[in-house]
Amino acid sequence: MMSWLPENVSTYGGDIDSIIRLIYYITSAWFFLTLGVFLLFLILYRRREGRRATYIRGDRLAEAAWILIPALIVLVLDLWIDFRGADAWAKVKGRVPPGDLRVQVTAKQFNWEILYPGPDGKFGTADDLQLENEMHVPVNKVVRVTLKSKDVIHSFFLPNLRLKQDAVPGREIEGWFQATKPGRYEMPCAELCGFGHSGMNGWLHVHPADEYQKWVKEHWPTS
Amino acid sequence: MSDPVAVLAIPEASLHHEELGFWRTYLFSTEHKTIGKQYLSLGLFMTIVGGFLAYVMRWQLAYPDTEVPGWGFVGPEFYNVLVTMHGTIMVFFVAMPILLGAFGNFLIPLMIGARDMAFPRLNMLSFWTLFVGTLVLLASFFVPGGAASAGWTGYPPLSAKAIYTGVNWGLNLWILAHAIEFASFLMGGVNFLTTAITMRAPGMTFFRLPLVVWQLLTAATLFLLSVGPLIAGAVMLLMDRIAGTSFFLPEGGGEPLLWQHLFWFFGHPEVYVILLPAVGFVCEVLPVFCRKPLFGYRWIIYSTITAGILSFVVWAHHMFLSGMDPRLAMPFSITTILISVPFAILVFAMIATLWGGSIRFTTPMLFALGFVSMFIVGGLTGIFNGSAPADIYITDTYFVVGHFHYTLFSAVVFGGFAGIYFWFPKMFGRMMNETLGKVHFWLTLIFFNATFFPMHILGLGGMMRRIANPMQYQFLQPLQPINVFITFSAILLLVAQIPFAVNFVWGLVAGTPAERNPWEANTLEWAAPSPPPHLNWGEAIPTVHRGPYEYSSPEGPEDWLPQDRLVVARSS
Amino acid sequence: METTAATRAGTDILPGKVGVWWFLASEVMLFGGLIGSFIVSRLGSSGWSGEAAHLSVPVAAINTLVLLTSSMTMVMAFGAVEKGDPRGLRTYLFLTVLLGLTFLGIKAYEYSSEVAAGFTPVTGLFWSFYYTMTGLHALHVLAGIITNLALFVMARRGLRNQHRVELAGLYWHFVDIVWIFLFPLLYLT
Ligand SMILES: [Cu+2]
Ligand SMILES: [Cu+2]
Repeated sequence: MMSWLPENVSTYGGDIDSIIRLIYYITSAWFFLTLGVFLLFLILYRRREGRRATYIRGDRLAEAAWILIPALIVLVLDLWIDFRGADAWAKVKGRVPPGDLRVQVTAKQFNWEILYPGPDGKFGTADDLQLENEMHVPVNKVVRVTLKSKDVIHSFFLPNLRLKQDAVPGREIEGWFQATKPGRYEMPCAELCGFGHSGMNGWLHVHPADEYQKWVKEHWPTS
Repeated sequence: MSDPVAVLAIPEASLHHEELGFWRTYLFSTEHKTIGKQYLSLGLFMTIVGGFLAYVMRWQLAYPDTEVPGWGFVGPEFYNVLVTMHGTIMVFFVAMPILLGAFGNFLIPLMIGARDMAFPRLNMLSFWTLFVGTLVLLASFFVPGGAASAGWTGYPPLSAKAIYTGVNWGLNLWILAHAIEFASFLMGGVNFLTTAITMRAPGMTFFRLPLVVWQLLTAATLFLLSVGPLIAGAVMLLMDRIAGTSFFLPEGGGEPLLWQHLFWFFGHPEVYVILLPAVGFVCEVLPVFCRKPLFGYRWIIYSTITAGILSFVVWAHHMFLSGMDPRLAMPFSITTILISVPFAILVFAMIATLWGGSIRFTTPMLFALGFVSMFIVGGLTGIFNGSAPADIYITDTYFVVGHFHYTLFSAVVFGGFAGIYFWFPKMFGRMMNETLGKVHFWLTLIFFNATFFPMHILGLGGMMRRIANPMQYQFLQPLQPINVFITFSAILLLVAQIPFAVNFVWGLVAGTPAERNPWEANTLEWAAPSPPPHLNWGEAIPTVHRGPYEYSSPEGPEDWLPQDRLVVARSS
Repeated sequence: METTAATRAGTDILPGKVGVWWFLASEVMLFGGLIGSFIVSRLGSSGWSGEAAHLSVPVAAINTLVLLTSSMTMVMAFGAVEKGDPRGLRTYLFLTVLLGLTFLGIKAYEYSSEVAAGFTPVTGLFWSFYYTMTGLHALHVLAGIITNLALFVMARRGLRNQHRVELAGLYWHFVDIVWIFLFPLLYLT
């Protein structure tokens, strides 16, 4: 099952994958255990001539322990998943690092507007560069993304980087990622945003350091 | 609103009741059993509509932008209509009418030993209100601009302004249809609760109530207490659309996320409104065909109530990535995980009921067992969604679609069919065919899994929900064979319902006449004739002497002991 | 415990009363949702007290008094039922209806003067909430007036089935209590 996940190319993608994997193992074990017991009971206790069912009400605590203790184990396993997950959540969504590069992503029906601050590092100045559905970043650098929306709610999704975040009009939401492998990765919208939702897509280009410098030179020749 | 003395007095007078004529007998009936059947018919009809939408949707996903056989071309606009209306119809106009409306009406008075609902005329009004709501919803397909297309969750701003979807009246009617449906089930819920609180037969204490009554009452309570904020939200949304206010529009100072909070505050309890009745049917069917008491009767009641209470404090698990403060994720993740405990107890109690039983694999029993096994899968996949970090990747993908179909679809289909096959003899006085029933079960089980299990794979592969054409994305193209597979499984799943339709109609017309108690069950409805007459009980209301699940009890020679049977103490 | 009484297990409670209480519980959640949304939005925005200053507190205070008085006459109507006094019942129901209509009249006067001053539902979020909340409340008042009017008409045929007055009273008091919440929230913020 886990092999269906697209290749992970972000620093925190591994943390998310390992949580998914942990849950997968735990739930699979539970699935086979409970379904095994279930099927076993169905076979063992199928109707046979001359045998009367046992009269067990299961109300007394001593009997009910048979269902309460497994439920308690479920709780313990669940809490384990949650506490293991807390770190991954905090890493991806909690503490947004300052970032080597800042990009502003503005969603609109039905495109991503990618805004670069240019050499001065400030948005809203003359050297800003805006691209449609195309983002260029250097590999192994922390990219800080500010998500905005002009109209409805969209969701910024980078499957290979395990990043997803809704873009909500009226809010600026901070996110980040650090890609670990150069390449082209798809950047679809994951929240129903109108008739063009299907096909609202973009590309993230992760460049090796030198190639990224070349890309920068191309767009800001003066710097 | 008649006073209790009158309630007791009416039957004596009208036992030899006058002929009511066609209209009052079949259409504007105040009889709880007739109203239950009306809900059932409406729900089954809407299932066909919702199922057809699913078929069109699936075809488009397998063969994007081709003619759908039997329908035609589906553009991206209409695809969003399909997504929206399929969800809305299945949740509000199929699941609730069948599980809550039909069975709540039919079962509650019969199982508590009442002659009818507390407010029969209000009951009639509830059904006809729902009928009007259904018409409004169906009418929305035919207004200029077409039906609503903002998703069944209707997130603003998409739903708050016509320019964002191009749908104006369709979405207004969609809100109106919801409002009418809510009013209908509010009246219904008040009726259920009042009936069960005030009209129980002598000896029918709360801890002798069949579990399905407990589950139906919990469901009704959850609905009554959770729908208010959503009605408030719907009023605000309609104001935004019609009066030009900006409750959910940031350009006017509004907050889009407010809707999500109001919606999911209702949305999670609503899941249990659908789930709990199905759990209840299973709780009734299992002991009958295991011939032993349901394991941990009181624990199940406590678990149900606990789950109901907790369902009010988990809603933000639908909003981990909505832009709300990320620090809220962990608290809601914890409450979500807590809620799995009462459900774990429910499932384990069901499995423990099998232990030491004498199991008969009748059709209702097969569907009940199908529910248990499928619900386990749905519960386990829910853990992926409930974990905030896993949800970053999982949410808004087909994993979620797979998950909620394993819980909700299995509740409606496996739970619902368990109920229909089980109570059909009581409802219509005839038996359904067992062989056809078993064929129906196995085909449904196989194609249900073939349809919904691969959706988890699509989700792990990253396929987003509500996209009309997966081929527009390079990373999804390798997954397309799975989409084709799902589509054919889904078509076969729909075809698998034909044996049921045949069986149902054949059973109504030509089924073997049912005895009073064909399954040798204990609960009160089986003490009435099949089908029960007007006012259910003849001259005297049954008196209850014990709990509902005394099967194979050492008290008697038979392996069943009805709730109303008086046993004279044996000398040892 | 063995209960084999010849009566029903729950006869001592009036079904109508149970029904009304459940109905009111859902109504509490409806207004709770609306008031909760208002409070959350209020905390997230600035300048609302400036907007609220345009509302007339004295007029609303008078209206509050009118509604409170109508609750009192409703209690007296129920008292008349218990004393078996059909004349008193009709009088007090009539008074309650009259006070309800007065409330709506004053509310309409308020609305018109606010609209005349340029404050409509689309003026801003505060006004959207103001009109929606008071509007929904006014609809509830209207429903109560219709109910009371129906009871008034029925009361002309005597006191039969007049436990309904108690039920209508429960609803009327609820509508009153909602206003007690709305008044300070909207006018005195
Ligand atoms: Cu989108
Ligand atoms: Cu939920």
